[in-house]
Amino acid sequence: MTTTASSHTISVLVDNEPGILARVVGLFTGRGYNIESLTVAETNAAEKLSRITIVTAGTPMVIEQIKAQLDRLVPVHRVHDLTLEGAHIERELALVKVRSSGEKRVEALRLADVFRAKVIDAKTDSFVFEVTGTTEKVDSFIGLMSALGLVDIGRTGIVGMTRGGEAL
Amino acid sequence: MKPEESATTGADLLVKALIDEEVEVVFGYPGGAVLPIYDSLFKQNRLRHILVRHEQAAVHAAEGYARSTGKVGVVLVTSGPGATNAVTGLTDALMDSIPIVCLTGQVPTHLIGNDAFQEADTTGITRPCTKHNYLVKSVGDLARSVHEAFYVARSGRPGPVVIDLPKDVLMNKHEYVAPPKVAVTHKSYRPQTQPDPKKIEQAIEMIANARRPVFYAGGGVINAGPKASKLLTQLVHLTGYPVTNTLMGLGAFPASDKQFLGMLGMHGTYEANLAMHGCDVMINIGARFDDRITGNLTKFSPGSKKIHVDIDPSSINKNVHVDLAIVGDAGIVLEELLKAWKAKQPKVDQKALKAWWAEIDTWRARNCLAYKPNNKVIKPQYALERLYHHIKDKDHYITTEVGQHQMWAAQFLKFEEPNRWMTSGGLGTMGYGFPAALGVQIAHPDALVIDVAGEASIMMNIQELSTAAQYRLPVKIFILNNQYMGMVRQWQELLHGGRYSESYSEALPDFVKLADAFGAVGLRCTDPAKLDETIQQMIAIRGPVIVDVAVDKAENCFPMIPSGAAHYDMLLGPADRAARPVSEEGMVLV
Repeated sequence: MTTTASSHTISVLVDNEPGILARVVGLFTGRGYNIESLTVAETNAAEKLSRITIVTAGTPMVIEQIKAQLDRLVPVHRVHDLTLEGAHIERELALVKVRSSGEKRVEALRLADVFRAKVIDAKTDSFVFEVTGTTEKVDSFIGLMSALGLVDIGRTGIVGMTRGGEAL
Repeated sequence: MKPEESATTGADLLVKALIDEEVEVVFGYPGGAVLPIYDSLFKQNRLRHILVRHEQAAVHAAEGYARSTGKVGVVLVTSGPGATNAVTGLTDALMDSIPIVCLTGQVPTHLIGNDAFQEADTTGITRPCTKHNYLVKSVGDLARSVHEAFYVARSGRPGPVVIDLPKDVLMNKHEYVAPPKVAVTHKSYRPQTQPDPKKIEQAIEMIANARRPVFYAGGGVINAGPKASKLLTQLVHLTGYPVTNTLMGLGAFPASDKQFLGMLGMHGTYEANLAMHGCDVMINIGARFDDRITGNLTKFSPGSKKIHVDIDPSSINKNVHVDLAIVGDAGIVLEELLKAWKAKQPKVDQKALKAWWAEIDTWRARNCLAYKPNNKVIKPQYALERLYHHIKDKDHYITTEVGQHQMWAAQFLKFEEPNRWMTSGGLGTMGYGFPAALGVQIAHPDALVIDVAGEASIMMNIQELSTAAQYRLPVKIFILNNQYMGMVRQWQELLHGGRYSESYSEALPDFVKLADAFGAVGLRCTDPAKLDETIQQMIAIRGPVIVDVAVDKAENCFPMIPSGAAHYDMLLGPADRAARPVSEEGMVLV
């Protein structure tokens, strides 16, 4: 069995009830697991279900343990390891605020176009871009903007889904 | 009937729900937030309430009740300090997988978050120390939450569940919701109890082809009900293989049986630990490869294929990587294994098995539990041998506190059947044994219930003497008094150059007078020759008794696998200790 740590994206379907996020987060802190990214929102209002997407890193034994621990929480319906369960898509959304003028401002706009980032707010000396994509894409966009007057970043963290017509 | 006519207060609904869940006894302590419940209790006579003297003891008593009966133990405490005092008991029940439903009072819903008097964030505090918890915000959810809580507490791997009850919810009115006729089909919590038939086949093959096998059975077998222990015994007999039990599993296999190797682990027997180390197939049923069992993980049973049967998938591959994992209820898995074994009638290599038993017998011949008898000072091991001699033919239950006395009790008292032995295994809670014994005695009023204690541990819940006196519970407290926190002293001797920092039991009470002050009987014994007489006297007295047995102060508990060491690296006695000092890596372990 390998003992090298790798990143896994885990999708958890839970009852949207008070304390559920605290239960999940408490499990990670209490057992010393690492959270790289966490997103949560209600996905089915009629049945009061939320989807939590967690990116975590660990050896295969630790990842297996994390999933088993999540699965035994009473309000957890299903746990899926997107990384292990075949082809899947991951996306992240970031809002990136850039303040600059002159050539830098033009360059920022040009790069935004390359990355298909949308301008969602503009002032004479600033832009707020909305960029969507994989974590790597968002990272590289932010990297480029840091030289062009980056002042603020907001990121959603990763959401993921399997490819094809099957529901999780 | 109109809803208004059938509506009752939340407190009355709660009592009705408890009765419908077949609760007979509640261990509790009143306070402001739970006054409506106490009023409802006052008006009925189906539920018996046992008033403890500290909320921690309420949970331990409920644990003793639950473990000796297989039923869910029920606790009722008030908000704030009532709930926080219960936290140790809840954690204890979580670690040892004991089904408990703990009802906690809460300030009224409109005051939650306001730092109101006796307010605590009970669901927040108890989230990591319960299997699940509920904050009931509307009286309409109350009965359903109670039924669900009982289902969660008792199914799958059992554990404690807290229901937090704001006072206004207890006073508002609503109609009652009866528990579902069939078992609750919970929308998300449905533990797997039936094993995968393919894995049963694989297990049978691995077990049949073993040349040096060992069964390693734990508390999961006890939790699966008395039938599971019978099935384990049958399977072990059918195969002719050796078996060892964990601290939690004592009683799952009869201790007097010649195939029993004794307890394994840090203070387990030489033969059990060496069999674990040298086996080629390990069959773990309902145990969790706890660090007290494995010792040094990198050196743990390196040559064996491991089968692990557990109802909790998170126990599998947590500490030790296993070759075959079977998720399911230990009783059901054992039944399937037996069925498959009988159907297949596999040929076991009898020659190899005979050689394996011959090897085990050489380890047994070391007589690892031997101690130096003494006719001047009472040896703690001797005290327990004599205790066992006098109780073995009586209907008896044993609880313990935590420390040396606990390990000696596990080594020297023999358990022939499950649910007779109640000890704090996972959390190691000093102060557990006496309140647990009270809970056992409530469930079994005519049985002989003994708390084997140390003089330090017993002080941690000594106030419960008052409870024992109030309900005339004839629990016997058998103190092995060495005037030290013995296990702390032993580790200080082994690891810290004999610097006995704060481990001396200074200013102890006169236990005979203490017993007397609470209306119990106190006995003291300092002479080995008078020990039998004292034990007989203790048994003959009808009420609660404290027996203060003055034992050898310097006696250490052997065998011992020092922390960080492997199974084959056991200390068998004082002579071994000097030869093998504990490694530096071992020092940081507990």
